[in-house]
Amino acid sequence: MQIPRQHMAEQEPSERIRNFNEVPFGYTPEQAKKEAERCLQCKNAPCRDGCPVEVDIPAFIELIKKGDFSGAARKLKETNSLPAICGRVCPQEDQCEKVCVLGKKGEPVAIGTLERFAADWELKHHPGSPSPSSSRGARVAVIGAGPAGLTCAADLARMGYRVTIFEALHQPGGVLTYGIPEFRLPKEIVKREVENVRKMGVELKEDQVVGCTISPEELFRDGFRAIFIGTGAGLPRFMKIPGENLNGVYSANEYLTRVNLMKAYLFPQYDTPVIRGKKVFVIGGGNVAMDSARTALRLGAKEVRIIYRRTRKEAPARREEIHHAEEEGVVFKFLTLPVRYRGDEKGWITGMECLKMKLGEPDESGRRRPIPIEGSEFSIECDLVVVAIGNDPNPLLPRAVPGLKMGRKGTIEIDPATGQTSMKGIFAGGDIATGAATVIEAMGAGKAAARGINIYLKLSG
Amino acid sequence: MYRITESRRLTPEAVLLKIEAPRIARKRKAGQFVIIRVDETGERFPLTIVDSDPSTGTITLVVQEVGTSTKKLGRRRTGESILDLTGPLGHPTGVKKWGRVACVAGGIGVAEVLPVIKAIRGAGNIALAIIGARTQDLIILEDEMREAASELYITTDDGSYGRRGLVTDVLCDLINNGSIPDRVFAIGPVPMMRAVTALTRPYNIPTIVSLNALMVDGTGMCGCCRVSVGGETKFTCVDGPDFDAHQVDFEELVQRQKIYLPQEKESLQRYEGF
Ligand SMILES: Cc1cc2nc3c(=O)[nH]c(=O)nc-3n(C[C@H](O)[C@H](O)[C@H](O)COP(=O)(O)OP(=O)(O)OC[C@H]3O[C@@H](n4cnc5c(N)ncnc54)[C@H](O)[C@@H]3O)c2cc1C
Ligand SMILES: Cc1cc2nc3c(=O)[nH]c(=O)nc-3n(C[C@H](O)[C@H](O)[C@H](O)COP(=O)(O)OP(=O)(O)OC[C@H]3O[C@@H](n4cnc5c(N)ncnc54)[C@H](O)[C@@H]3O)c2cc1C
Ligand code: SF4
Ligand code: FES
Repeated sequence: MQIPRQHMAEQEPSERIRNFNEVPFGYTPEQAKKEAERCLQCKNAPCRDGCPVEVDIPAFIELIKKGDFSGAARKLKETNSLPAICGRVCPQEDQCEKVCVLGKKGEPVAIGTLERFAADWELKHHPGSPSPSSSRGARVAVIGAGPAGLTCAADLARMGYRVTIFEALHQPGGVLTYGIPEFRLPKEIVKREVENVRKMGVELKEDQVVGCTISPEELFRDGFRAIFIGTGAGLPRFMKIPGENLNGVYSANEYLTRVNLMKAYLFPQYDTPVIRGKKVFVIGGGNVAMDSARTALRLGAKEVRIIYRRTRKEAPARREEIHHAEEEGVVFKFLTLPVRYRGDEKGWITGMECLKMKLGEPDESGRRRPIPIEGSEFSIECDLVVVAIGNDPNPLLPRAVPGLKMGRKGTIEIDPATGQTSMKGIFAGGDIATGAATVIEAMGAGKAAARGINIYLKLSG
Repeated sequence: MYRITESRRLTPEAVLLKIEAPRIARKRKAGQFVIIRVDETGERFPLTIVDSDPSTGTITLVVQEVGTSTKKLGRRRTGESILDLTGPLGHPTGVKKWGRVACVAGGIGVAEVLPVIKAIRGAGNIALAIIGARTQDLIILEDEMREAASELYITTDDGSYGRRGLVTDVLCDLINNGSIPDRVFAIGPVPMMRAVTALTRPYNIPTIVSLNALMVDGTGMCGCCRVSVGGETKFTCVDGPDFDAHQVDFEELVQRQKIYLPQEKESLQRYEGF
């Protein structure tokens, strides 16, 4: 009984680059049951240890196999508050699927796709299932409605605390809403998952920039007994090279925020504009660069190139994302470093000068260091550049809490087991503590902090 | 939802709004701004907090209707609401006792400079307000200015009211008459701020401008609002909006304000139903 790994049907590349609809369609119930049958139901289930939020993987897969899709979704929700999101954007190949026993000889169980299937089933058939808790527990403030904050809030609500999330933007979700594009993570899915967190009794306040609208000190004064900081890594890095402020040079954050959060792809129905380049260069080699490149295609670009200073092997993006981008026609220019942008007399970008690179000795990240090749300067033309070379933690909130012990790169220092910061009653986790990482790690950190806060509040009476 | 408790037309191009936002009303300081989103399809855009009343929990905004977003807001009536309002954002204007301070403002900048003048006088300075408009009908907040400032000078381009000419003419006269101000604040259209900066540079008069870069989030997350100041890139929303005028690259600011000219036109034509 050798069942092959089941693959989701997808929109054809030539079709999908003309719309913002999601690329894969998800499993049919038959496919899901078939895939679930592949699972060996291992006693020690190594896959479970590979999951930062401790999903009971064999148990939910078993329920799918039996056709109890709702039961599978409930099983997921016991430990994962955002399964429809994780099923789409988690790098399972580096986590649960990496250690799946089946993967040793052949292909691992498609745990992520199964998770997505069960969660979508539940959202579609029982959208209103969670029940609000009429709790009278202590009040906890959560700052930031990204995956870290949402998870921490949901777990605390489950423990009986009264939780309020303060979110700076007009919509919750963090990067899930403003960063990851519609074609990879439909905003309707994010909305429904957040709605479920609300239904657990969590109060969500948008338009609240903590540090500006309200200070952490005031939160304590208003009766919150503990604070969780999950403000993410939202500060875009630039390369500090000449011409970076020319018209037509975007940070990936701005480009993606305009398109995703502000729906500029629907301009002029939506008021926010975005420049639709014809020949677009995206600088960087991570998921953010892939998302930007694929967005540019969908906005009508004739040619999209990714400029990365190392090679395919070192690129931090998920294989699947690089594959999707290539299928859609994105061209990769490896071992290339931009050194200056050129503009016209009206201040618009016309092209850039680059250096060719070669790989040297490994650096502290273990990847081979790119070294410029002398005299290799060359020039290329373009009309739009998206800089996707990474994000740092936003200093706005830490600045408002002067006593907070900070790490070298603007991160907040925590005890990873509890999320405890250097200050009493203040916890943190997610990208603000680790620097830019992943959705599931942020969720794991939110979960750990919820436990840490629980213990702290129990001990302080 | 944030309720509009008062919407009052000041001129054919400008509307004053009072909006319920109790926390912002309590916290805001001179020079700070809010980000607004009027409706579901709306942009996020910045407006200066002109005044606030902590007792009623309202803030005062004055909006000049130049495009889709500002017109949408200008058409909201008393009792109606807007979807989103975030703030107070940006650093408050730094105020000390300097002596005689000239506050130069043109167009909608007059509303933006009003809280600065109040703060400056509050710190024991003499505040000379020099305000200008194209024509008499477009002068806003004259009574409030007269009350707030130590002295008020008004200019109009066409001479229909006050002195004929530009705000910089008044500042130029002050300097030529030997009553050089100890510090200058300039808020308004870029050409005006640029002219003031050029005027004060030879005399080394410390000059502060409030920059109106395009913005999206207003919290330092996107870099849309970047400006070059003293050769370094700054984010207007979190590093400003006030900067040392003599360090600002105005050319770049002017160019960056024009990024979306064709789309702004298209959007407005659609909104106005052409
Ligand atoms: C384009 C892009 C694509 C990505 N793709 C993937 C992927 O495929 N898979 C994956 O696992 N990871 C991916 N990541 C990384 C992942 O999204 C992040 O690691 C994760 O979102 C971090 O979660 P967080 O909760 O710590 O922070 P965020 O998601 O950044 O959320 C922080 C929230 O806090 C709010 N906030 C900030 N400051 C304040 C304040 N002062 N007051 C109130 N609220 C505040 C912000 O507005 C935001 O909503 C991607 C990231 C980007 C940018
Ligand atoms: C910190 C800050 C404070 C501001 N305070 C006020 C205020 O108190 N009252 C007020 O009326 N306006 C203020 N502005 C300007 C206001 O945000 C813009 O006028 C508004 O975003 C225009 O949007 P729109 O859709 O109506 O016009 P658009 O269609 O976007 O623009 C129409 C035209 O207006 C001009 N314009 C657009 N954006 C700006 C801008 N940011 N600065 C200057 N000119 C612009 C351009 O010439 C453009 O072609 C402020 C801007 C900043 C950055
Ligand atoms: S390791 Fe793989 S086969 Fe074993 S229980 Fe987990 S998913 Fe099933
Ligand atoms: S408006 Fe986005 S960083 Fe300033």
